[in-house]
Amino acid sequence: MLQDKDRIFKNLYGDDSFDLASAIRRGDWDGTKTIISKGKDWIINEIKKSELRGRGGAGFPTGVKWSFAPKEPKEGRPHYLIINADESEPGTCKDRDIIRYEPQKLIEGSLIASYAVSAHVCYIYIRGEYVNEGKVLQQAINQAYENGYLGKNAAGSGWDLDMYIHFGAGAYICGEETALLESLEGNKGQPRLKPPFPALIGLYGCPTIVNNVETIAVVPTILRKGSEWFASFGKPKNRGTKIFCISGNVNNPCNVEEEMSVPLKYLIEKHAGGVVGGWENLQAVIPGGSSMPLLPKSTCETILMDFDSLIEAKSGLGTAGIVVIDKSQDIVKCIARIARFYKHESCGQCTPCREGSGWMWRMLERIGRGEADIAEIDMLMDVTKQIEGHTICAFGEGSSWPVQGLLRHFRKEMEDKCDPDKYYQRENVI
Amino acid sequence: MSGKHVAKNQPKTFIFSSENIKKMKEILCKYPETRKKSAVMPLLYLAQKQNEGWIPLVAIQYIADQLDVPYIKVYEVATFYTMYKLAPVGKYFVQVCTTTPCAIRGSGKIIEMCKKYISERESHLSNDEKSSWIEVECLGACVNAPMIQINEDYYEDLDADSAEKIFKSFKDDSLPKFGSQKGRKGSEPIKQRLTLLKN
Repeated sequence: MLQDKDRIFKNLYGDDSFDLASAIRRGDWDGTKTIISKGKDWIINEIKKSELRGRGGAGFPTGVKWSFAPKEPKEGRPHYLIINADESEPGTCKDRDIIRYEPQKLIEGSLIASYAVSAHVCYIYIRGEYVNEGKVLQQAINQAYENGYLGKNAAGSGWDLDMYIHFGAGAYICGEETALLESLEGNKGQPRLKPPFPALIGLYGCPTIVNNVETIAVVPTILRKGSEWFASFGKPKNRGTKIFCISGNVNNPCNVEEEMSVPLKYLIEKHAGGVVGGWENLQAVIPGGSSMPLLPKSTCETILMDFDSLIEAKSGLGTAGIVVIDKSQDIVKCIARIARFYKHESCGQCTPCREGSGWMWRMLERIGRGEADIAEIDMLMDVTKQIEGHTICAFGEGSSWPVQGLLRHFRKEMEDKCDPDKYYQRENVI
Repeated sequence: MSGKHVAKNQPKTFIFSSENIKKMKEILCKYPETRKKSAVMPLLYLAQKQNEGWIPLVAIQYIADQLDVPYIKVYEVATFYTMYKLAPVGKYFVQVCTTTPCAIRGSGKIIEMCKKYISERESHLSNDEKSSWIEVECLGACVNAPMIQINEDYYEDLDADSAEKIFKSFKDDSLPKFGSQKGRKGSEPIKQRLTLLKN
C-alpha cells in the first residue's frame, strides 16, 4: 500500500480546511518561485521524465502535450491554459474532491503550467452542478489573489496570471476538449474536428492547452519531490499515484489515492471493504468510468489498474472510476442504463452517434426485457461497429465500448434472455 | 440532447436587477473584449436565478441584446444545456441521479418517493406548487450514491429513511443539512479507513 507520506492529496477527505493558510501548512506554494525560476524547458522536461499521463481519461503524456504549445506567443495570439473540471463520467468523482478540499494545489499547478505553456490567462471549466465546489474554488482563487499568488508577478515568479471560473450547464460532452472550447466561446458544446489541435488553434483561435484537474493538481508536488520520486510508483509508462473512485456494490465506497498499477482486487477488498456479499458475489467491474468496457470476475482477480494493463484486457483506465457490480444486478440492465446515458448526452452532431446511441439503448432495453430475437445480438454488435470510429469525437467510442464489453463477456446471459424457454428474470433492481 | 419544455405563460418583459447588472459587468471582464459571446452561459444563469429558477424567452432576447448576438445564438445555448430551464420549477427543485452507479445502489426507490411525495409526473409541480423533480444523468458523486441535488446542494448517501425525511421537510421548509446523510466526510470510506490517518 502507498504510504501516507507519498500521498499527494493529504486533504482528500476534507479533514483539514481548504483555506490558503491550511494549504500552505500542508506544503502547498512551497518554493513555487524557485520552481518557475528554473525555466520552461526544465519544467516540461521534469514532467516528461515523471511520465505523468493525463488523468482525464485519454492518458496522453502531459509533458509532451505542453511541448506542443508554440515557444513564444505571437502578437495578438495569446496562449490559454484551460483546466477541464467538467467531471461527468459516470463512476468518477475525484476532481470534485480536489476542488473542494485541495483547491490551492490546483491553483499552484495552474500557475506552473501556465508559465510552462506561456499563458497569462487560465480558465477553469467546472461542471454547472458543482455549485458549492465552484464557490469554494472561487474563495480559494480570491485568497490566492489577496496573497499575491495570482495576478501580477504571481507568487513572486515574475509571471502574470489571471484565473477565471466558467460554469458548464449539464452537458457531458463538454468534457471533450474541443466541445469545452466551443462552450467557453458561448456556443453549443459540439466537438470540433481535429486537426487543428487546440495546442495550435484552440480557444478564440489561439494556442490552448487543456488539462484535467488531477493532472494539474499533481504537478507542483512532482516538481518539488522530483520526477524520480513520482516515477518510482507504478509500472513503466504508467507512473505515479492516482485517485481511484470505487463505487457500486461495495461495502465502503470511497475515493482513495494509490499508486498506479495497484491490483484491482486490492482496491476493492482493502480500501472499499470488499464486494457486498463477498468476493464470490462479484459479477463484473467497470474499471475506468462508464466508457470503458466492463471486466468479468475472472479478469478482476489479477488485473492491475494502469493504462497498459487494462488495454491488454480490452478495457481502459479512463478516469479510474471503478464501478463494482455484484451478482444481484441484471448486467444487461446496468449497461442499458449506461447506453441511455449516452443517448441522452450525445450532442447530435454526427449521425452515427446521435441515432446509434438511441438504437443501442432501445435494443438493450428490449434484450433486458426478454422481448428481443436472438439475431438482434449480432445486430447490436454491428451497430456498435458502425458508431465506433465514425464520429468527430471519442464519444462514439465511449458509447459503443461498454456495449461491446457486455457482448464480449456476457453474451451467454444475453442469449438466455432472448430465448423464451430459458428466459428468467432476476430480482429487478433498476 | 433531449427536447425542452417551454412555458406557455411567458412574462412580457425582463431586465436584470441593478445588482445583476453589476454582476454582468463583472462577468464580461472575464473574457476578451471582442469575445463577449463567451458570457452567454453565465448570463443565462443570472437570468435563471433572478426569475425563480427558469428563463423566460424575453430574457433570452434581453441577453442577446446585451451581447450583440442574434436571438437564436442564445436560444440554442439555452436549449442545448440541460441545466437551463425554460419552464417554471418548484422552489425545491429535486434532481435525482439515476445513472448506473446510483441505480445499482437504489436510486429507483428514490424515484418512487419523488412520485409519492412530489408529483406523479416528472417536471410537474407538486400540488402545493412548492417542489418538482426530474431524473438526471450522473451528477459526479458516485462514491456517495445514491444521491440527489436540491437546488444547489447535494444530498448524498441516501437511504429510504433519509430520503423520506428530506421530501417531508419541504412542507415546513426544514431541510436537513446537505452533504452525506450518513455523516461521513467527503468520500472517505464509511468504515475501516486505512489512509491519511494522522491528520
